[in-house]
Amino acid sequence: MTATTSSDAAEYAAATEELRRYERREATRQAIRRVVVFAAFLVVLAFAYTGYKAFGDALDDAQTEWPIVGSFLPRSDNLTMPPIADIVAEIAEPPQRANPKPLGAFVLEAALFTFREAALGFFLGVVLGIGIAVVLVRSKWLERGVSPYIAMSQTIPLIAIAPIVIIWGRTSLDWLPFEWEDWMSVAVIATYLAFFPVAVNGIRGLHSPQPEALDLMQSYAAKPRQEMLKLRLPASMPYLFSAFKLAATAAVIGAIVGEISAGVPGGLGRLILDFAGRYTTGPARLYLAVIGAALLGIFAFGLVVVAQWFVRSARVREAEPI
Amino acid sequence: MTTDQTAPAVETTSVTKIFNRGKPNEVQALDDVSVSVGQNEFLTLIGPSGCGKSTLLRLMAALTAPTEGTVMVHGKSADQARRDRDYGMAFQTAGLFDWRTVSQNIQLPLQLMGWSKAERRERADEMLKLVRLDGFGDHYPRELSGGMQQRVAIGRALSFSPSILLMDEPFGALDEITREHMQAELLRIWNETHTTVVFVTHSIPEAVFLSGRVLVMSPRPGRISEEIAVDLGYRDVDTRESTEFFEKVTAVREALRDPNGSAAELA
Repeated sequence: MTATTSSDAAEYAAATEELRRYERREATRQAIRRVVVFAAFLVVLAFAYTGYKAFGDALDDAQTEWPIVGSFLPRSDNLTMPPIADIVAEIAEPPQRANPKPLGAFVLEAALFTFREAALGFFLGVVLGIGIAVVLVRSKWLERGVSPYIAMSQTIPLIAIAPIVIIWGRTSLDWLPFEWEDWMSVAVIATYLAFFPVAVNGIRGLHSPQPEALDLMQSYAAKPRQEMLKLRLPASMPYLFSAFKLAATAAVIGAIVGEISAGVPGGLGRLILDFAGRYTTGPARLYLAVIGAALLGIFAFGLVVVAQWFVRSARVREAEPI
Repeated sequence: MTTDQTAPAVETTSVTKIFNRGKPNEVQALDDVSVSVGQNEFLTLIGPSGCGKSTLLRLMAALTAPTEGTVMVHGKSADQARRDRDYGMAFQTAGLFDWRTVSQNIQLPLQLMGWSKAERRERADEMLKLVRLDGFGDHYPRELSGGMQQRVAIGRALSFSPSILLMDEPFGALDEITREHMQAELLRIWNETHTTVVFVTHSIPEAVFLSGRVLVMSPRPGRISEEIAVDLGYRDVDTRESTEFFEKVTAVREALRDPNGSAAELA
């Protein structure tokens, strides 16, 4: 590199601008490619489902001496695997005799209810997770002492803590300036799952700066707070975004399981529980509710991807997944 | 604290550094090292890997404390000097923050020291001119070559006008052509800024070309084995081909090969 003049700089800037445009185009192309592949895979999945069902039905009709499907392969009858057309048709079907509201609307409403819980759970989980990471990274002893408990926290089944949280929410939070509702308790249960990947990846991310970078900050006599805000936190963004993706889906799962184990009505958890109880009279309903839950998880994941896409203009690169 | 202009810029007195003291993996990195760096001097520490030259630099920067002995900077303790922001540092890796633009990287120390936005911008532009990267302020580090990144690192180190520049093999990762160019640039910057420089390297021609004085170190434990004054006067491209330059290169090479004048084997 020889000494540069301003015309060199201008040329360089133009080339870089070109490169940045190319990278943006490439990123958009990749995003489109992902969506297309996802949709294509959905079609493949539908074909595989229908194909297996046809195969099983054919064997069943043949009445062979040694039935494979149903003895050690999963059954394929309409009760076990309702046809896709039936599941789709169920969207417009009202599930309650006295109420003309179609099932699709029920699932959507329940999904919105659960999404609200999951969103609050995600937000609290992110705050808690980053908070834990920031505190633990400050002290080697604290990190060694507390880290095992963070891992251990995830071995306690949600079903055990859900009633405790619900009862605590109903009885001990009257001092709050607002009415504490059951869905908020479910959000707390979702937080319990969502904080974990954020804390774990956050600790890794906050430790990720090179020793030179830390030496540099020390040579500037930077305060611990400055080191955290100007170096450790920005350096951990790629790690955190990987964690946010896990936390988003974990929050949805936590909200659904929390609803079920705490008996909170209005969300996908209760819907799934209801339809599972009445499975024999309408298996397609349960399938639709479960598909709704899956779509909600993908939607939550997608929101993080979109958020990252926006922040990426601040150059956040993806870290290795945990 | 104020800076004592008459005291040596950096002075280490009988400094010893032992890592993992009392443990099976105890290592003596430095043994009884006394170095005095004058104001505005360009001093180079050279030696094989593991001779403790980086440790000595880190001691001067108060990034680590000596086991025995003292490190004084402008007549005060090294740690006080660090807190007074007397040091600019540059490492082998440019160590730029990849989420910040070039200009924002140069502004980092100024931001930590509470400069206003306008002052920071103005100084960053001055620094970009100094390291000849005018117009590159809005680029991100990954968009620059290794040599350009290292210039940014030098600009960042000098942005707050520290009295001492500590450099740990800053050109070690660069190709030979870029490296020689960067050496000339560093000398130009040194002449313009009147900063005291302590420079660590394991390149003999680099040490001779840059410095007024070369301290040759020997390993296990790290000691200053020889001191070679280099009086080449004004240095340019022709300096590298002069007889005096080769004589000094030979002198440093022999000192490295034969520490303490004894027939020690090469590490």
